[in-house]
Amino acid sequence: MSPSIKAEQQSITLEGRSLTKTYHTGAVDVHALRGVDISLYEGELVVLLGPSGSGKSTLLNILGGLDSPSSGRVRFRDTEITDGDESVLTHYRRFHVGFVFQFYNLIPSLTASENVSLVTEIATDPMDPAEALTLVGLGERLGHFPAQLSGGEQQRVAIARAIAKRPDVLLCDEPTGALDSETGILVLEAIERVNRELGTTTAVITHNTVIGEMADRVIHFGDGHVVSSERNATRRAAGELSW
Amino acid sequence: MEVEGAAHRTPWGDPVRALNKKLVRNLWKLRGQVLAIAIVIASGVAVLVMSLSALQALTETTEAYYERQRFGEVFASVKRAPQRLIEQIRTIPGVRSVDHRIKYLATLSIEGFEEPVIGQLVSIPEGAQPKLNQLVLREGRLVSPGHPDEVVLSEPFADAHGMQPGDSFQALMNSNLRTLTVVGVALSPEYVYTIGPGALMPDDHRFGVMWIGREALEAAYDLDGAFNDLSLGLLHGTNPQDVIERLDQLLERYGGTGAIPRAEQISNWFLMNEIEMQKTMSTILPTIFLAVAAFLSNMVLGRLIATDRSEIGLMKAFGYSNRQVGWHYAKLVMAMAGVGIILGWAAGAWLGRVNTEIYAEFYRFPLLIFRPDPGVFAIGAMVSLIAALAGSLGAVRRAANLPPAEAMMPPAPPLYRKTRISGSRFILWLDQPTRIILRQIVRAPFKALFTSIGIACSVAVMIMALQWLDSIEKIVDVFFHDAQRQDMMVGLVETQSDTTLLEFRRMPGVLAAEPMRAASVEFHAGTRTHRGAIEGIPDDPQLQRVYDAGGRVVQLPPEGLLLSTALAEKLNLDIGDRVQVDVLEGRRPKRTIPVVDLYETYIGMTAYMNIDAFNRMMGERGSLEYVTLLVDDSRLPALYKELKALPKVAAVTLKDAAVREFNKTMAETILIYISFFAAFACALGFGVVYNSTRIALSERGRELATLRVLGFHRGEISYILLGEAGLLILVGLPLGVLTGAGLGWFMTSAMDSELYRIPLVIKASTNAIAVLVTLAATLLSAAVVRNRLDHLDLIAVLKTRE
Repeated sequence: MSPSIKAEQQSITLEGRSLTKTYHTGAVDVHALRGVDISLYEGELVVLLGPSGSGKSTLLNILGGLDSPSSGRVRFRDTEITDGDESVLTHYRRFHVGFVFQFYNLIPSLTASENVSLVTEIATDPMDPAEALTLVGLGERLGHFPAQLSGGEQQRVAIARAIAKRPDVLLCDEPTGALDSETGILVLEAIERVNRELGTTTAVITHNTVIGEMADRVIHFGDGHVVSSERNATRRAAGELSW
Repeated sequence: MEVEGAAHRTPWGDPVRALNKKLVRNLWKLRGQVLAIAIVIASGVAVLVMSLSALQALTETTEAYYERQRFGEVFASVKRAPQRLIEQIRTIPGVRSVDHRIKYLATLSIEGFEEPVIGQLVSIPEGAQPKLNQLVLREGRLVSPGHPDEVVLSEPFADAHGMQPGDSFQALMNSNLRTLTVVGVALSPEYVYTIGPGALMPDDHRFGVMWIGREALEAAYDLDGAFNDLSLGLLHGTNPQDVIERLDQLLERYGGTGAIPRAEQISNWFLMNEIEMQKTMSTILPTIFLAVAAFLSNMVLGRLIATDRSEIGLMKAFGYSNRQVGWHYAKLVMAMAGVGIILGWAAGAWLGRVNTEIYAEFYRFPLLIFRPDPGVFAIGAMVSLIAALAGSLGAVRRAANLPPAEAMMPPAPPLYRKTRISGSRFILWLDQPTRIILRQIVRAPFKALFTSIGIACSVAVMIMALQWLDSIEKIVDVFFHDAQRQDMMVGLVETQSDTTLLEFRRMPGVLAAEPMRAASVEFHAGTRTHRGAIEGIPDDPQLQRVYDAGGRVVQLPPEGLLLSTALAEKLNLDIGDRVQVDVLEGRRPKRTIPVVDLYETYIGMTAYMNIDAFNRMMGERGSLEYVTLLVDDSRLPALYKELKALPKVAAVTLKDAAVREFNKTMAETILIYISFFAAFACALGFGVVYNSTRIALSERGRELATLRVLGFHRGEISYILLGEAGLLILVGLPLGVLTGAGLGWFMTSAMDSELYRIPLVIKASTNAIAVLVTLAATLLSAAVVRNRLDHLDLIAVLKTRE
């Protein structure tokens, strides 16, 4: 792995070192992460592949400031966030990270554009909600409530909401997991576009190997470890994927 | 406790048991909410059990006491009637027994007590109990023959002055200063509530009942072979009104002022009034609490069923019937209600006991029958069970009727549409979190409304309790401060001539003295009649003014009657009408007199007349029966000394003492109730807010977690959840102030009687206290929920599909 990092001249946006995470559930300890080193470089699109239970979501949660590691460090640019208290983590999430989940988690009582405004109202240099929604192809559906949108549309609103604050990192956890392939590709196109046009460092978790083809780099995950990391020679456009 | 083979006996054996386990676990999971609902139910049950058991204890105790001591059923007083009349009275159909007595007021001097004390002297046969109104001897013995100076004191009076058998004091009886020796201390059913002349509340220091041998009183008041008071016992089923009619005919020529049935006997009247009040309480308050409990159980169950959807689908897929599913959730409601009922029973039994003991102590019942009927508890349980089940009926039916396939699918996302309110220009002006709050309310307006109503009920209950103090303060203010300028009122033994007034004006410390007359009369207007009194007061009185409760001093016209509005209403009279007045005293004149003005008063139904007109009506010149005095405080001891020695003086009523006593009694009794109600109001406020915010948290945990992920601070997401509660509280509080006024109005109107009318007065501070108490209770519940909110597990919430 190290030769490839050395080959990179790009700077590191987010890195985790020797991360472990142990959950104490009843009598047994579950080791979700068993010492993970990972770096996300400025502007790259990384796909983390792995079977369910391999610890990739735990890693993403820790990188995104939703959870703390049992040991190890997380560094965002020059800031150490591992030891941060609740307010440091909130600040980090508020200004630097965008999340997209498998279940879109939109606020049902707010329209698409209001769901985006939720974030832009508290951000420092946000884009216009309409602009964000146009970026994901929903410029026509600004005033619709979540219940009036299809699943794919809801997920794209979630992406617009995640990127409208111009985050430094976009973390997507199984963003197509609840969608059919056709709709899933629309969502991936939106992610791809954000990554390309805004240069947002993006990590996508999936168990769908096909999605790896659209990445700059694919990291394979298994049983709490990084199994391998390989760089794609060329990124395939999301629209060309099929599964 | 596994029963071997149980699973084989019935196809449902194990699953049903499993279902019961689920029930218990659900209850445990929801324990906070279950407890909050249980507390509200418990409050309702407690008030119901408390009022009903106190009602029952009070009724049974009074009945037993009356029965045991042979409390009279008809009472009458006369000027002076020969004892041979008794034979005639006995022949009135329905009369079982007749007890004739001599009753007088006397001024007493008690060592160590400077102020004059009024003694109500009542005769009893020497060496025996009277036939009716028998005494309960608490200490010592009854008076014995041949000892005219022996006296039995009423227990409250003896206690107030620390007197025991063997002690003695002086009494001015018919111009003779006598030394009386206490031989016994007793209680009487006739004086459960002892109220002195001109007083509003019992004052055991300044007014006391005492029993003296009949022969001693006959001799003292020159009533040999005569009597001036009667009490009758009636045969079962006799209408007292028939007896009274015949009795009044017999007594008329002896100066009878009209007989009254037991119901109008003053002590009994107050007791019955108290019982009525308990009845009102036992209906209104439990209704409020149980209605709120019904709403809360509906809310909690509705939410539980929403989260249980897939389990319900699963149960049905396994073959459970709709009825079994419905019954499962009904059992949950019954379990919640059951916790409340048991808590309520315990609290109600305890409060009922405390309540009854307060009464027993206040009224000094010699016996106390407190054995709450199991029926009372059963009623409490039934009513609250029905309320809780009725409240959750809709939710249970929804659960039972969910088709299994649909139930196992996640519910569709809640549908929000653009409405006039949610899409208005106003809302576009707000930030997103505030829009979330408003849209949430607009989407479930009834739920929001009921939450506000629940909070309003909490405020209203508190206002209703506190408002009593305001109303009573108002009565005291108007009656004692605004209307009465005098410091004391002196009752005279006989009608006196004008020169008596001069005598009083010359007494030490007297700054002003005014005459007053009073006569018992019967008013007739068409078919309506009222037995009451007319008071004669001078032109432009400075001391005893006629004061309208609205805040104006009413000018007394030279001729005609000035009626209280309550009396005018009773007789259906207005200004300009004429009313027939049959005087029941003196020469018993009958006149038709015009009503010239009306005034409003809270106490009594007095009619006033100019004293000169009064004397003309009575056919007497320049006479008086009462003197009102304004005195210089520094000369009081000298004045007291003189009053105590003046044979003409029958009674002295001190205003300050009356006010003091009034306030003391109020503080002792009412404050206890207020604290009960404050606790109930808090339970309501807490229960409502806790449940609605907990449910909102459960419904919207995902939403709030999403916001946390998006970088919102804890405070910011609390704003969304608690802001909604806050808004509903904000609506609920003023609503509560209004509801409280309505409830107060209902309660005070329910208490209206001929003796007093309670004005509805709610001070700003009362509203403020009620609002603050409710606010504190709701803030407490908000704080509990906020604490949960701070420990929201972000990942767990977001990882699961709702």
